[in-house]
Amino acid sequence: MAEIRGLREAVADLIRDGDTVAMEGFTHLIPFAAAHEVIRQGITDLTLVRMTPDVIYDQLIGAGLARKLVFSWGGNPGVGSLHRFRDAVENGWPRPLELDEHSHAGMANRYAAGASRLPFALLNGYRGSDLGRRTTTLSTIDCPFTGQELAAVAAVNPDVTVIHAQQADRDGNVQLWGLAGVQKEAVLAAERVLVTVEELVEVLEPRPGGVVLPGWVVDAVAWVPGGAHPSYAAGYSERDNDYYREWDRVSRDRDVFQQWLKECVTG
Amino acid sequence: MSDGPGRVGGDVLMAVGAARALVGARTCFVGIGLPSTAANLARRVHNPGLVLIYESGAIGAKPSRLPLSIGDGELADTADALVPVTEMFTYWLQGGRIDVGFLGAAQLDRYANINTTEVDRGPGRPRGRLPGAGGAPEIAAHCGEVLIAVRHSPRTFVERLDYVTTLGHGTGPGDRARHGLRGRGPVSVITDLGVLRPDPATAELILTEVHPGVTVGQVREATGWPLRTADRVGVTPPPSELELRELNALKSV
Repeated sequence: MAEIRGLREAVADLIRDGDTVAMEGFTHLIPFAAAHEVIRQGITDLTLVRMTPDVIYDQLIGAGLARKLVFSWGGNPGVGSLHRFRDAVENGWPRPLELDEHSHAGMANRYAAGASRLPFALLNGYRGSDLGRRTTTLSTIDCPFTGQELAAVAAVNPDVTVIHAQQADRDGNVQLWGLAGVQKEAVLAAERVLVTVEELVEVLEPRPGGVVLPGWVVDAVAWVPGGAHPSYAAGYSERDNDYYREWDRVSRDRDVFQQWLKECVTG
Repeated sequence: MSDGPGRVGGDVLMAVGAARALVGARTCFVGIGLPSTAANLARRVHNPGLVLIYESGAIGAKPSRLPLSIGDGELADTADALVPVTEMFTYWLQGGRIDVGFLGAAQLDRYANINTTEVDRGPGRPRGRLPGAGGAPEIAAHCGEVLIAVRHSPRTFVERLDYVTTLGHGTGPGDRARHGLRGRGPVSVITDLGVLRPDPATAELILTEVHPGVTVGQVREATGWPLRTADRVGVTPPPSELELRELNALKSV
């Protein structure tokens, strides 16, 4: 059953050096505050999993905490490059970054396999792409009924999944709504689960189309209003598009980035 | 390339041209940037019933201004339905429900194969890292057809891709069928200079139209392979006042 805890102790307790960590949220509800806590605690040698690394993983990669990245699209949405990701891949700064790279369809299916506790998932995909040449987590399999060749992608089972949601109650039951991304799959695929929320409510009222995660699949809930900034939480905040634009300048230069890290995170 | 007399900007020509290509579509899978601009313009000018589908899970989004990201709140707030990402890629895209897919490219070859992963920057330099595949390989596989919008330059229109992220027409006629791909693949490439379409016999991209004021020679210069042209190369109608007005409205709201 989920415990309501402070962010600092929840992160310290649930995320460890060397872990495979998924911090999900597809543009919406990205758990930035939890990632910044990981940076402050210096939890390192992480394998980071996310469909879209986004600015959140650009920050963790730039801080030197990532050993490996499992992903499908590594850009700054609507703006351009993720410069810390590029610097790590191209120049090994501040440390080399191993890549396990897929398509969106493949990554979504990998989480679904993980949640289903299957070793792999099937999809009709990747045909003719070079993506299969550099990864050991993509193969093919013949359909036993029709003989059709299909792509097989290995399950993703994170040690820890971290998400941000709009609400939780005192028992740690969680609800999120709006663009729901792959959070349900990422949570159910994981060994341990940390959820930061905008609001703790006395009674969690299920909303049409909302995703409810019962407290017994969550380890810790931390109350962190604004914890998704500069992404957003539908009903609570707007996406801070200026921050995403400004990140292009901040992240482009190593010194400016390190200055930002000091001023805005580790302080 | 400098703009000739009376020419509007290349991005405007691309957006307007791409929007016109959506006249007969019912559903369109939309990426951010120019595809989103074009699809929203099409909905305002040519095809009010066009269903815009964003990979973040918004089906039937009707934004009044252009979103910066595929996950902006307005896409969700104006959608007919919101679906989880797994469902978007399995039931809706892989399920063959989407007529037109819209892609960009960092590199494109004569068979409309696409690289969005990495580029060779020459000896002694590490390969330049790009965002990667995203939804593109499966969009190109499963949508009924694919439109590509990209600026014309020899660095983009290359003889050989540095990496094949997404299959267009592969190695030529019949290659999509050999790979078991359902959709027709890329049917037009709309650039700031004109429009290229695959030759029905060879699947190779040939120049079929230039924008007003652009010469065939200019397009050849901007293409990294010996570009073939249609027997008669047409000229695209210039953007109408309505198209320009609606485009401005989308950008300025």
